[in-house]
Amino acid sequence: MFGIVRRLAAMGVMGINRRNAEFTLLHNPRRLYPLVDDKLRTKEIAIRGGIPVPELYGVVQREHQVRELAARLAPYEEFVVKPAHGKGGDGILVIDGRANGRYRLAGGRLITQEELNHHVFSILSGLYSLGGQPDQALMEYRVHPDPVFEALSFQGVPDIRIIVFLGVPAMAMLRLPTRVSEGKANLHQGALGAGVDLATGVTLRAVWRQEIVGEHPDTGEKISGVQVPHWETLLTMATRSFELSGLGYLGVDLVLDRDLGPLLLELNARPGLAIQMANGGGLLHRLQLIEERHATLNSVAERVAFAKEQFGNR
Amino acid sequence: MSKVHLYLLALLLTVAGLSMFLYKALVLHFPLAPGAEVDIWNVEAKITFQALNEPVKVSLFIPRSTRHHAIMNDAFISRGYGLSTATDDSNRQAVWTVRKGRGQQSLYYRAEARRVETREPRASGRPPKIIKPEFIGPEEVAATALVANIRRRSADTDSMVAELIRRLNQPHPDDNVTLLLAKQTGESGKMDLAAQILALAGVPARVVHGIRLQEPTEKATLVHWLEVYDRKEWRAFNPVSGTVGVPENYLTWWRGPGPLVRLTGGEKLQLSLSVSRDQETGIKSAVVRGQIKKPLLVKFSLFSLPIHSQQVYRVLLMVPVGAFLMVVLRNVVGLSAFGTFMPVLIALAFRETQLLAGVVLFSLIVGLGLLIRFYLERLKLLVVPRLAAVLIVVVLLMACFSVLGHKVGLERGLSVALFPMVIMTMTIERMSIVWEERGPSEALKQGIGSIGAAALIYAVIHNREVQHLFFVFPELLLVLLAGTILLGRYSGYRLFELFRFRGLVKGPA
Repeated sequence: MFGIVRRLAAMGVMGINRRNAEFTLLHNPRRLYPLVDDKLRTKEIAIRGGIPVPELYGVVQREHQVRELAARLAPYEEFVVKPAHGKGGDGILVIDGRANGRYRLAGGRLITQEELNHHVFSILSGLYSLGGQPDQALMEYRVHPDPVFEALSFQGVPDIRIIVFLGVPAMAMLRLPTRVSEGKANLHQGALGAGVDLATGVTLRAVWRQEIVGEHPDTGEKISGVQVPHWETLLTMATRSFELSGLGYLGVDLVLDRDLGPLLLELNARPGLAIQMANGGGLLHRLQLIEERHATLNSVAERVAFAKEQFGNR
Repeated sequence: MSKVHLYLLALLLTVAGLSMFLYKALVLHFPLAPGAEVDIWNVEAKITFQALNEPVKVSLFIPRSTRHHAIMNDAFISRGYGLSTATDDSNRQAVWTVRKGRGQQSLYYRAEARRVETREPRASGRPPKIIKPEFIGPEEVAATALVANIRRRSADTDSMVAELIRRLNQPHPDDNVTLLLAKQTGESGKMDLAAQILALAGVPARVVHGIRLQEPTEKATLVHWLEVYDRKEWRAFNPVSGTVGVPENYLTWWRGPGPLVRLTGGEKLQLSLSVSRDQETGIKSAVVRGQIKKPLLVKFSLFSLPIHSQQVYRVLLMVPVGAFLMVVLRNVVGLSAFGTFMPVLIALAFRETQLLAGVVLFSLIVGLGLLIRFYLERLKLLVVPRLAAVLIVVVLLMACFSVLGHKVGLERGLSVALFPMVIMTMTIERMSIVWEERGPSEALKQGIGSIGAAALIYAVIHNREVQHLFFVFPELLLVLLAGTILLGRYSGYRLFELFRFRGLVKGPA
């Protein structure tokens, strides 16, 4: 067992305790958390900073507004309902069409207006929010994934998670929904995580439920060696998120829309550690290097260049 | 915040806690372990008789504090009797009287006997007056001969008493002894005789009656000793071996001739002495001892609280221990469980139900609660009403278990009521959400994690040694606090993370 500890430490693999004690607690001031915990505010600061986000269709803040929900959603054939303070992808409903006066979920199941309303009620009462506080429900544009990922994911929308430390991208992964994850891109729900070479944007290996896999479990497609489009743009957006949020240790979730290109989905002040599994290496050495050098890097472009140069996999 | 600051704080807390602890343990001799030898005994004398419809008077010798035992909290229980107590040189006596008694009567005397170590010297006192015994005719001859015999064969009082006891205890005593013993019965009679013979020899002696505080018993037997006044003090002689000294667990009840209880105005007198151990208060005696030696320190300790509050703190002080265990389980082991401190509260509830019954009842209630919760899910209730509905169901379930348990004769079922029901409700709610969103396996994993943590915490906080330590030495909480603070900056791997990341070590696939 101590052998494992030594080897993990040598690889710079970071545990939750270290992430909390030395990164999130030190570099993420508590007062900034609301910016990222509330997806509505994240959207606001992103728009102000000129970073594209999925368009907001509406917000439900009070129970009585649920009655108007049907009318407000009428113009939209497809949309996403999510809690403003949700965590880990919980409570997100993706509606990709309508049939017989019902809403069709991304998985194909139909739900009635009543069921949708109940879901919104649950969101408002805080079922999915951090700490169970009363919450708001957002309705927004449903992202159509870039065709590059079509064979690589089972339903849902793949997203790109980039860990940004002190404004420098440190590690990235592509999160691919599977049948098990029911279209969600969160690893603990069964999505697949593929490490991405920071220098090139090409996928490396993939991890699925603690195991290293070569192909997508549902589509059978080979995962490594896929070029993520708009890589430079994605890196730049992630890097700029540091200035927008002020959070030193940040997980940036981005999506690639078929029509709109890269969009900022959400920011995460306590990003998970599975990204290390997907990249086959630890974060710690990279973070330490950034800590040493970040003061010398001034512009966003410099920081992106630094990351590409230092953290590329060959 | 620099780590030096943290370490200094932890060090300071540890030093403060440990030095206080060591002072109390090493200098004041506070007991480190609950102690196999229980120091407090409840003794009870129960007198029953048939009253004859006339004035009743019952007199009973009752124990008084000796050099080894402090008699505390005397209680006299009777219905309609007047009570007076009197103390003379060597005995205390309680007298119950009533103008008219009818039918079956029961009187009780209860007291606590505490082991103490008194520093005061033995009472020296003036030499008692010797009352010359009255032996008549052949008895006088036999007694005088016996005295002459034992005198001849001994050098001092000790050896004379030993020789007398030996002769009285011989399986085939000589003629003199046989003659003298003919009128006496039992051990007590034998000791009475010994006292008389010694008086004849000019040595003051008396019989001591008492019980041994050894095992809890309903029928304690009286043990008699011989006390001889020698070298300005009363010295006790073992009635069988003739050696000097009384066992420490011997509680003197009364001295001298005369029966333990006397009754007028009744018949069918019966008396039983019972001894029970005081389970909870073993610690009290340490404090009583402490008070004798160091009254000030105890004044501001938990022992100054009323017994009832002490019981509360006994439990309360275990909560930090449980919380510390949760810290270790979560941050060092990496266990996932519902609610931050829920297992601690469940473990506290297990105190009443015992572990196995507790785990079974808890699982049953949460399991049934989950079923109800899944059903409520279909009704699409809002969250707060849904929680309230589950809470109502949980309370109903608990009531059902109590009633069923009682009917089947399982008293354990009754204590289910101590389960923290709001916590259970939240557990059910969280478990059902995890069940729906992360799947049954994750929900069961966390559920089992919670119960496992609760069982472990129960094992620790239910341990008598641990309870004793933290109750007698609450300053140990400072050490616990230091440990918690240090763990608060623990940035190493969690045990489960080694398992999680083990794929990385095996090298890239």
